[in-house]
Amino acid sequence: MQINKNIAISDSGFIFNPSSGDSFSTNNVGLEIIRLLKENKSKDEIITEIVTKFSTDASTLDKDLGDFFLMLRSYQLLSDND
Amino acid sequence: MSKLSYERPFIQKLNTGSMNKFGTKTEFAPVTHLDGVAVSRLIEQYGSPCFVISERQIRKNAQNAIRAFKTRYPKIQFAWSYKTNYLSAVCNIFHQEGSLAEVVSIFEYKKALQNGVEGSKIIFNGPDKSEADLTLAIDNNSLIHIDHFDELYSLVGIMEGSSKKARVAIRVNMDTGIYPMWDRFGFNYENGQAWNAIIKILAHKELELVGLHCHIGTFMLSTSAYATAAYKLCDLAANIKVKYGHAIQYLDLGGGFASTNTLKGSYLQGADVVPSIDDYAEAITSTILNANFHQDELPTIILESGRSLIDDAAWLIGSVVATKRLSDGRRATIMDFGVNILFNAFWYDYKISPAQEFTHHTEDMVIYGPLCMNIDCIRENINLPLLNKGDQVVVHKVGAYNMTQWMQFIQMRPKIVLIDMEGKTHILRENESLETMMELERMPEHLKSVK
Repeated sequence: MQINKNIAISDSGFIFNPSSGDSFSTNNVGLEIIRLLKENKSKDEIITEIVTKFSTDASTLDKDLGDFFLMLRSYQLLSDND
Repeated sequence: MSKLSYERPFIQKLNTGSMNKFGTKTEFAPVTHLDGVAVSRLIEQYGSPCFVISERQIRKNAQNAIRAFKTRYPKIQFAWSYKTNYLSAVCNIFHQEGSLAEVVSIFEYKKALQNGVEGSKIIFNGPDKSEADLTLAIDNNSLIHIDHFDELYSLVGIMEGSSKKARVAIRVNMDTGIYPMWDRFGFNYENGQAWNAIIKILAHKELELVGLHCHIGTFMLSTSAYATAAYKLCDLAANIKVKYGHAIQYLDLGGGFASTNTLKGSYLQGADVVPSIDDYAEAITSTILNANFHQDELPTIILESGRSLIDDAAWLIGSVVATKRLSDGRRATIMDFGVNILFNAFWYDYKISPAQEFTHHTEDMVIYGPLCMNIDCIRENINLPLLNKGDQVVVHKVGAYNMTQWMQFIQMRPKIVLIDMEGKTHILRENESLETMMELERMPEHLKSVK
């Protein structure tokens, strides 16, 4: 799982992909996940970090992450590196 | 250290293009209270989903409609359309506001009697009246609106040799310039059928022709159609006066006034295209005032408005069952209410609001109901905040027809609650249970065992 490394992310959740010219908006939790992905964190590490920082539980986040990764892939921001 | 509040991670592609000329949508502004009562409290107390009716809004609508007509015309009478919502408590609010009962079946007729309405204050419409039904209506001195010649001849037969008089009107259908023309009910004006019916009634002394009735359609967006209908009824009334010296006591313009809901496929929001009650009143009353009625013989105008008086006086509150992603990437939100209890979702794009605060992030989604049926779709496309399982929502303007056309299919029907003028809540109808359903079922002896 590899996030597109050259995407630009602003603090307000604005994302720009220079290779496609597409721009996106995300919320606080989405922004945090993308930052962690850029740091090459695994899904389990992301869950641990988000659950520590935000008021949610691991199973809720696991479900939401599945959907979020699906959207990142469909927007060509995330690719499987294996 | 306290944790940050969590919101489902969300990402949305930003598309350039022309802005919606009406600006951004505001449908997702949360509605946390209904008539001062918290939605969360209502759901906790009465369950989810649950219909909630506002007594305050019903009375306001009824009084506003009376004002709109009475400030333009001296003799106005509203009749509550039972089929729109025949919960007895709802009917009685309208009766307390001075409405007659307008019923279209013997079930509704008996319900009106049970509600305490005098027989003489019931208008009996509809195509299906048995001889027993007609006899009961005659005995109660009700207003019988004849739908077809078979009914007319039944009445003649019943009244033969009777010393009583039946108070009758005919339902007239006509071309009012709208499509489709409703010609399946009543007698046609243009081809002379209505006039033939009038002649036959006037030939029988035991039948007293007291009124003329029409019901030109439903959710009528054109006030001019009512002006046309009123003109044609006035023409019939004038001809009756000239040829038979008989004065018609009332002209019943039926119902059909639109509510401010948005019809599916409508470019503009309902509130922007629907005529006001004053617009309808102006079209009808000015036509009748301009007809050549003698001042002493001005007919009473009867109106059988339903939808426009009750739609915005009720909400459906419910909860999110689940959210999922469809194959094309769209978000799908499954609610605990579907077309089983929100039948008019087939015609309306109902406004749906979240019942709790959210961030500014929103997403397009499809709203499905809980039925295991593909048709169970409440909104094909709506922009709402990031809803999660358990979140509560409010569906607006659901008062008309849903609580009469709903069906017990797959799910049980929920409670209906009234918020009264003081903000107190009352159950108007209990939710169904397995016992409710089994009460009417019968099991043959040889099928009692599944072994």
